[in-house]
Amino acid sequence: MEAAANEARSTPLGFVRSLARARWGDVLFRLVVGIFGLSLLLLAALMVWQLFFESHASISTFGWGFLSGRVWNAAGAGVFGAAPAIYGTFVSSTIAILLAVPISLGAAIFLAEMAPPWLRHPASFLVESLAAIPSVIFGLWGYYLLAPKLAVIEQALADHFGFVPLFGTHVYGAYGMLAAGVILAIMILPIITAIARDSLLAVPSTQREAMLALGATKWEMISRAVVQYCRSGLVGAVLLGLGRALGETMAVTMLIGKVYQIKTSLFLPAATTASQIASEFGEAQANPLGRSALMELALILLVVTLAVNVAARLLVWRIARSPEMIRE
Amino acid sequence: MSAIAADKGMSAITYTRRKWTNTIMLGLCSLSAFLAIGILALILGLIVVKGIHYINLDFFTKPPRPVGESGGGVSNAIVGSLLIVGVAALIGIPFGVGTGVFLAETAGPRMAGVVRFTADVLTGVPSIVVGILVYSWIVLRMGHFSAFAAAIALAIIMVPIMARSSEEMLKLVPQSQREAALALGVTRWRTILSIVIPAARRGLITGGLLAIARAAGETAPLLFTSLGNLFPTVDFFGKPMAALPVDIYQYATGPYQSQHEQAFAAAFVLVAVVFFISLVSRLLLSRQG
Repeated sequence: MEAAANEARSTPLGFVRSLARARWGDVLFRLVVGIFGLSLLLLAALMVWQLFFESHASISTFGWGFLSGRVWNAAGAGVFGAAPAIYGTFVSSTIAILLAVPISLGAAIFLAEMAPPWLRHPASFLVESLAAIPSVIFGLWGYYLLAPKLAVIEQALADHFGFVPLFGTHVYGAYGMLAAGVILAIMILPIITAIARDSLLAVPSTQREAMLALGATKWEMISRAVVQYCRSGLVGAVLLGLGRALGETMAVTMLIGKVYQIKTSLFLPAATTASQIASEFGEAQANPLGRSALMELALILLVVTLAVNVAARLLVWRIARSPEMIRE
Repeated sequence: MSAIAADKGMSAITYTRRKWTNTIMLGLCSLSAFLAIGILALILGLIVVKGIHYINLDFFTKPPRPVGESGGGVSNAIVGSLLIVGVAALIGIPFGVGTGVFLAETAGPRMAGVVRFTADVLTGVPSIVVGILVYSWIVLRMGHFSAFAAAIALAIIMVPIMARSSEEMLKLVPQSQREAALALGVTRWRTILSIVIPAARRGLITGGLLAIARAAGETAPLLFTSLGNLFPTVDFFGKPMAALPVDIYQYATGPYQSQHEQAFAAAFVLVAVVFFISLVSRLLLSRQG
């Protein structure tokens, strides 16, 4: 029997025979479901290919210079450069990560290690509810509440610490890099918290017990036995947050101010790759080269976010798959 | 002797320091959790307070007035959102569940690993990239913006989310149920369709609702596909169509006070819908457990 089964799998004739023996309903079902599954792979490949194809005009015109070009169709000259957008994406995401990581790791530690059972679920639900709020709502809130309040702080910082380049002496109003970075930080907080909390919960309780038995305080137990144990999961959580921050569009578009220049001061208006695609799209439709340049921006954004997400998933999977995984 | 005393003194200081570090760090952790919840309260507070203030019956039943005039509503955008998200769900959810069945039931471990990983990575693709892709796939080919293109874009966003959540839900169905059906001579595909999927239906519905909630709030892809429209239309394939998130964006950044008020009212409706959906799905899931 075993030999027959092996033959059925290994030789073409055997495969046809096994098909004939199989029930046709099963074969058809497998086929249909398989097409669903494989089309996901096809979709991913098509995405990258289509953006390459559409950005061909831009790539062949500007080459690598596109990445370092500092002007975007200045005075309608038809020269497109992505450097300000890439810089803006980098800086706003850095602000977001710097602000969000300590808060979300702290919140995750609270939820996983400290909160009493009656509080854990409602508190987790509330933090995750933040993730359910659409991007445009964050934008609306930031536009009317956060940015004007932030402007007051910015002005104070500029007045007293204006000698620091990041706090440049001119504040042109509420909208700029810092406002975008802060709203991004708020938006990536729930995803980092949720995944970091799951990583912490996956740490076996023996780790905790051993550390406490050595006479460690609770914080020493958390920082040395728990956080150390699942740090790849925590790094993965931060990377997933970063991936989100890089691609966030609406809230950033509403808060960053749409100026395509590289300026050191965080208080000046700027742009990110995603926000530039959103705000330049209207004008680019009539201009084939401009449209192609936007497609190349989208390609850059896609490639970078894919790379970050692949790295993040690999790290998160490693902790989730570890053999001693114990969940409550 | 003195060495021991010094040592004792040191350890007392160390001990105090350790205790204080413990208190401070644990305090900071609790503080960050409450900070996160506080931000949520701030955002919802503003939207609810301002939104309720500006909402009225006209808002739901009337199309927009000419730009700058007060009054009127966003009935066209409400209809548009329902249509676009509805069609997106009709396409995206079956597709996602099909992929989930593939992952959980029929795929070999290696193939399932590849597809699962792709799905996970696809959930991280920025929605604006999906928007511009569907723009070049559909809008450029058809020659005009349409609600159809928007529905396809939202469906593409929903599929990987739906695939992963339905896979998890199908895996929760005990193996013994499959074995029992197969032992009775039921074919595999009948087992999956009439035993496994019904057993996981609550989880599948939850996943579908969450995917719908996510799609309902998406704005960036719609800018490239359905574009927005001041006039009511139900022409799904031929004309641009208004949708609530796009209205919020355009009204919020527009120059007129009456538009700002409608942006807050629309934001209130959107947030209420999204939270209602996620609350219902939570309840469904907790009853299953």
